[in-house]
Amino acid sequence: MAKKPVVAKIPQVVRVDNVSKKFTLRKDDSLKERIVTFGRRGRKFREEFWALDGVNFSIDAGTTIGLIGHNGSGKSTLLKIIGGIISPSGGRVETRGRIAALLELGAGFHPDLTGRENVYLNASLLGISRAETDRRFDEIVAFSGIGDFIDTQVKFYSSGMFVRLAFSVAIHAEPDILLVDEVLAVGDEAFQRQCLDKIREFQEQGRTIILVTHGLAHVTDFCDRVVLLDHGKLAFDGDPIEGVAKFRDLLEERRLETFSLSGIPDAEASYVHDVQIGSVQSGPGSTFTPGEDLRVALRLEHPDGIRDWNVRMSILNSQGVTAISANVKGLKVPRKALVGSHWVELIFPGAQLGVGTFNVYLALDSGQETLQILPRAGTLTVAPFMGAGGLVFTRPSVRVIAEK
Amino acid sequence: MASSGKNAAGADWAPDAVERFARLSRTGWSARERKVGGISVTMRSLREVFAHREVLSLLIRRDLKARYKDSALGMFWVLVKPLVQLALYFVAIGLFLGASRGIPNFAIYIFTGLTIYGLFSEIVSGGTQSIVMNGGLIKKVYLPREIFPIASTGSALINSGIQFALLIVASILSGAFNYSTEALFIVPSVLIIIIYALALGILLSAVNVYLRDMQYLIEVFLMIFMWASPIIYSWGMVAKIIGPGVLLEVYTDNPITLAVLGMQRGFWHGTEVTAYPDMMLLRMGIALVVGLILLVVCQRAFNRLEGDFAQSL
Repeated sequence: MAKKPVVAKIPQVVRVDNVSKKFTLRKDDSLKERIVTFGRRGRKFREEFWALDGVNFSIDAGTTIGLIGHNGSGKSTLLKIIGGIISPSGGRVETRGRIAALLELGAGFHPDLTGRENVYLNASLLGISRAETDRRFDEIVAFSGIGDFIDTQVKFYSSGMFVRLAFSVAIHAEPDILLVDEVLAVGDEAFQRQCLDKIREFQEQGRTIILVTHGLAHVTDFCDRVVLLDHGKLAFDGDPIEGVAKFRDLLEERRLETFSLSGIPDAEASYVHDVQIGSVQSGPGSTFTPGEDLRVALRLEHPDGIRDWNVRMSILNSQGVTAISANVKGLKVPRKALVGSHWVELIFPGAQLGVGTFNVYLALDSGQETLQILPRAGTLTVAPFMGAGGLVFTRPSVRVIAEK
Repeated sequence: MASSGKNAAGADWAPDAVERFARLSRTGWSARERKVGGISVTMRSLREVFAHREVLSLLIRRDLKARYKDSALGMFWVLVKPLVQLALYFVAIGLFLGASRGIPNFAIYIFTGLTIYGLFSEIVSGGTQSIVMNGGLIKKVYLPREIFPIASTGSALINSGIQFALLIVASILSGAFNYSTEALFIVPSVLIIIIYALALGILLSAVNVYLRDMQYLIEVFLMIFMWASPIIYSWGMVAKIIGPGVLLEVYTDNPITLAVLGMQRGFWHGTEVTAYPDMMLLRMGIALVVGLILLVVCQRAFNRLEGDFAQSL
């Protein structure tokens, strides 16, 4: 990997060693109920679950790592354990260097104190000495854009001002490790860009960033590495694009489990009797590779025949964004009445679909009337391919041109 | 991935990054795990609190500033409650019920007890609520959690300081101050109160997270303890009525009683009418040692409970 001489020896900064966290949920929370249900009878009011279960990994300095997973997968819990905010039930986490946690901006702000007083308070919570805060104070205020409002009580601030000031304090804490939990979603667009620029700057300075986010675009844009958690267990650790794809698959699986709305109902009134989705080259049901011909076929049959028929189709990614949409009526192809069993085949030559799992939506119309809708007619999986991401894959040609 | 000398973009690291890596390589690890163990864990917590002393002072200042921020009279309100209490007890108990007959300078006598008991009750009730009140902070920022009950102890001490100043002035002006070695009893009295109140504050602050009834329950106990120590009546009256025996010993060796008595010996020049128990110094010494042990025990219990604070708040 390293052909050139290694310029810096990169130390580890976080070690997560077999970390587990058990939560006990109690349904009796008052003294009376505790006394009434004391002892063994109280057990049934307790429910335990493992938010984290034997998680192991370590992080090198200068890495930007994305922690992803579905809601309740334990990613925020893990972040809080790394930050020391909650302690693990088993195992240990070791860190070195100064940590600043942006778990919720302005957590240490007191509404009755002025912006200035809060800056000092919050700075000291993040481990900056008073003298250091004095030195950086102007810089902090300048970055936040608060201006003269710095001597106003923060309860009179707009939520935007509040967040800007808090973020400004946190990034001036000079952390070696920055923990970020979903805070990139706050603030207006200009401020978000300011934050993201700052994160890029932090990356260049060799700071370690651990990001918990549902914005998967942020993960592929910013992270060098992804840790995917599923039900408290480590499901994937490695390349961000692969990790995100894996996560999307997981999400899709769960969604299909939740909606047992399977493709074809076998009621007698049904018009659509079979659906095949896949590539022409590798056959239906196979994994799709960008550039192959995509084939979606429906077998239509009805005792009364189907007149003036139309098939509408959409291929959506796991976030519900339409990648391909087609409407047979709009294609101006002959559509004779269908009597008996017929296959209607849609072929998309050289479909450049991006990586991920896609859902196929089908609808059958007759004239103005919709005969049948199959919201989940089937899925199409596009395997990780040449480091591709996004909705559409196109293969670039790469040239390296020396400048004279 | 980043184990080679390159950053994510494949370029060489900037010099400040290289410098950071070199510094981090030399930095020691700090561990997050369940705090179980003996006295060493207590020492570690103590060191951690000390390392965060700047935060501690800011938290105390925040408490004091925020409390009276928008009130016209500000810090003056600290004195209102004890002065009103003093007036009520003086009139109702002292004059109407005649308790003041055997106790000269009755106003100073009550005020001495009220001042020291006020400190105790403020530390305990403030401490009990401290973790829940700072829930927002505890869920988001890492700080040694003991810092919150300690900070509320700090702000209680400052609030009581004003009352103490008033007590000293009043005691001297009325001629009740005891200008002798007896005045030295004040020191262990204040220490006893701080140690016991802090121990209770630390323990109850943690219990209150899981059992919110605690903050109401403790108000009831604070009321009981006030009447269970010779603040408004005198120790002599109790001794006369229940007579010598185990019951009197139990009553006397209540650390709050000892502290109140100690304060009275200093601030209020007693006469033969109001007697004091014998061996006060020894009793106070034992109370101090027991208090220190209790403080360590409570802190250990706190350590055991603190692991789940963030998700229970």
